[in-house]
Amino acid sequence: MNTVHRTAFLALAAAGLFATAVLLGSYTVTVPDFFRILAAQLTGGTKIPGASFIVMEHKLPRAVVGGLVGAAFGLSGALFQTMLRNPLASPDVIGIGYGASAAAVTAIVLFGASGAVVSGAALAGALAVAAIIYAISRRGALGAAAGRGDAAGNRLILAGVGIAAALQAVVSFLMTRADIRTAADALVWLNGSLNAANWARAGILGVALLVLVPAAAVLARPLRILELGDDTAAGLGVRVGCTRLAVVVAAVGLSAVATAAAGPVSFVAFLAGPISRRFVRKPSLPASALAGVLIVLAADFLAANLAPLVLGGTVLPVGVVTGALGAPFLLWLLVTANRKDA
Amino acid sequence: MATLHASGLTLKYEQRTVIEDLTTEIPEGKVTMIVGANACGKSTLLRALSRLLKPASGTVTLGGKDIHTRPAREVARVLGLLPQHPTAPDGITVRDLVGRGRFPHQGFFRSWSGAASKDDKRAVLDAMSATDTLDLANRTVEQLSGGQRQRAWIAMALAQQTEVLLLDEPTTYLDLAHQVEVLDLLTDLNRRRRTTVVIVLHDLNLAARYADHVIAMKTGRIAAEGDAGEVVTEALVRDVFGLESRVVPDPVSGTPLIVPLGRHHTAPAAAPNPQLELIP
Repeated sequence: MNTVHRTAFLALAAAGLFATAVLLGSYTVTVPDFFRILAAQLTGGTKIPGASFIVMEHKLPRAVVGGLVGAAFGLSGALFQTMLRNPLASPDVIGIGYGASAAAVTAIVLFGASGAVVSGAALAGALAVAAIIYAISRRGALGAAAGRGDAAGNRLILAGVGIAAALQAVVSFLMTRADIRTAADALVWLNGSLNAANWARAGILGVALLVLVPAAAVLARPLRILELGDDTAAGLGVRVGCTRLAVVVAAVGLSAVATAAAGPVSFVAFLAGPISRRFVRKPSLPASALAGVLIVLAADFLAANLAPLVLGGTVLPVGVVTGALGAPFLLWLLVTANRKDA
Repeated sequence: MATLHASGLTLKYEQRTVIEDLTTEIPEGKVTMIVGANACGKSTLLRALSRLLKPASGTVTLGGKDIHTRPAREVARVLGLLPQHPTAPDGITVRDLVGRGRFPHQGFFRSWSGAASKDDKRAVLDAMSATDTLDLANRTVEQLSGGQRQRAWIAMALAQQTEVLLLDEPTTYLDLAHQVEVLDLLTDLNRRRRTTVVIVLHDLNLAARYADHVIAMKTGRIAAEGDAGEVVTEALVRDVFGLESRVVPDPVSGTPLIVPLGRHHTAPAAAPNPQLELIP
């Protein structure tokens, strides 16, 4: 199997999981019923009582938002990791997710916000933190005599980790001040959840991705050259500074809109790149996006359908599952990476 | 044709001036070696010649046009660069690496889709056969030995098919056999394709042997430039490196061979000697 076949396999798997999420689970729909419901919805025909509502207002938007969020996180993480040549450089590790969290929790706890306002605050928070991190790391990079790309990347990661720690303190502080019910709302958001998925969110997310995904596709080309190091890339005619900034903007944008829609679903951006790289045997942006889709849909299926069976009916936020599976994977990655270096 | 010319070049990192008011011309179709002590500004000069460093003042022109105002891709089709420490992404094969040298020649859709044109395929094949890396095509770069790896990178630079190729210490970390191999390879390139080759090199003896033209630098200025036989003298070595030496004809090539004196292991007969008659 070559890269293209393996990528196609990932796409098929993602489509299969999407179908599973819509058709199976706590409420099962047959394929003919699904198309009957869809046709009725689109043509305004007679709806099937109950089933129409569950599929069209609950299961389908949840799967669509889950898929889009996964693709956005996967692409965002892969862009960062490729550009900075560092597997740690994913938006959730370098503090962009924490920027969204701090802003969203502030909105929920201090202003009693909900729904779209929280998403808006999260988006603004993510973008603001990204701008601060970029400014700090750039100031440092200019000081470095030769301006080596890896040094700039490490600075960006360190700046992000520092800011993430500060923002985490803000979130903890707000959570201790909040009353129990607001705190519970904030906590669900903080874990990353598709429970609030609806068509409005799917629409906003879809429009954002219509802009950001083609941007990422255009950047994929110079990004492949940037992988060879800044000097080599410049020698091959890539405008290193411009390309780097454009990649940061696209990656932050992807991560920010996904976080605004579903909260900081942990580890998806971090893991999608390494998983897809191991599967298709080379770094690939489309494969990373598909891996992101797979992770989110699979984790959400577990969280919404299997977890309640074990936990006596509790539906987990999807972020709990990605976090629980992501942490051991991170350790495995570290162990195997060390072995390769030795 | 593309003559590389620097005039009134002042180069700074932040506030620190490394090179001030330097003017030189790289002879076309020849092998030029830039030599000098550590931190004399030779790599910095190469960075400016290759457009990596924007001059604080002065200009670098290629074929009469300022390289810093021309579009990056356009310059990259004429002027190639192999930096001192290129980084290969994990798991990249030699074939893929060499193929990326075609970037400045590729239009948007072609290189995005990954399909190579006939020109691209031929250039990659030529570059790999010239560097003897065809057998390594499907190996990953991290599987290669130091010498093989350097040949793979040079193949990438060759695939760029530029008239001028700049290399920053291409022999660092290589053993002597591989150093000679790399320099032979670059000389082949120069002789077969008339490529102008500019190399920053640490090893003065190899530089003197392989250079058609030597630029010796000391603290940000040019101490001497010209034919190796005329430029590399005991006086120059003393001036540029602060080292007492004897310069004798290389028994193999007849080019200047620097034999350092040092304070130890010096036979009485070799002690500093006033009759420093140099090689014809």
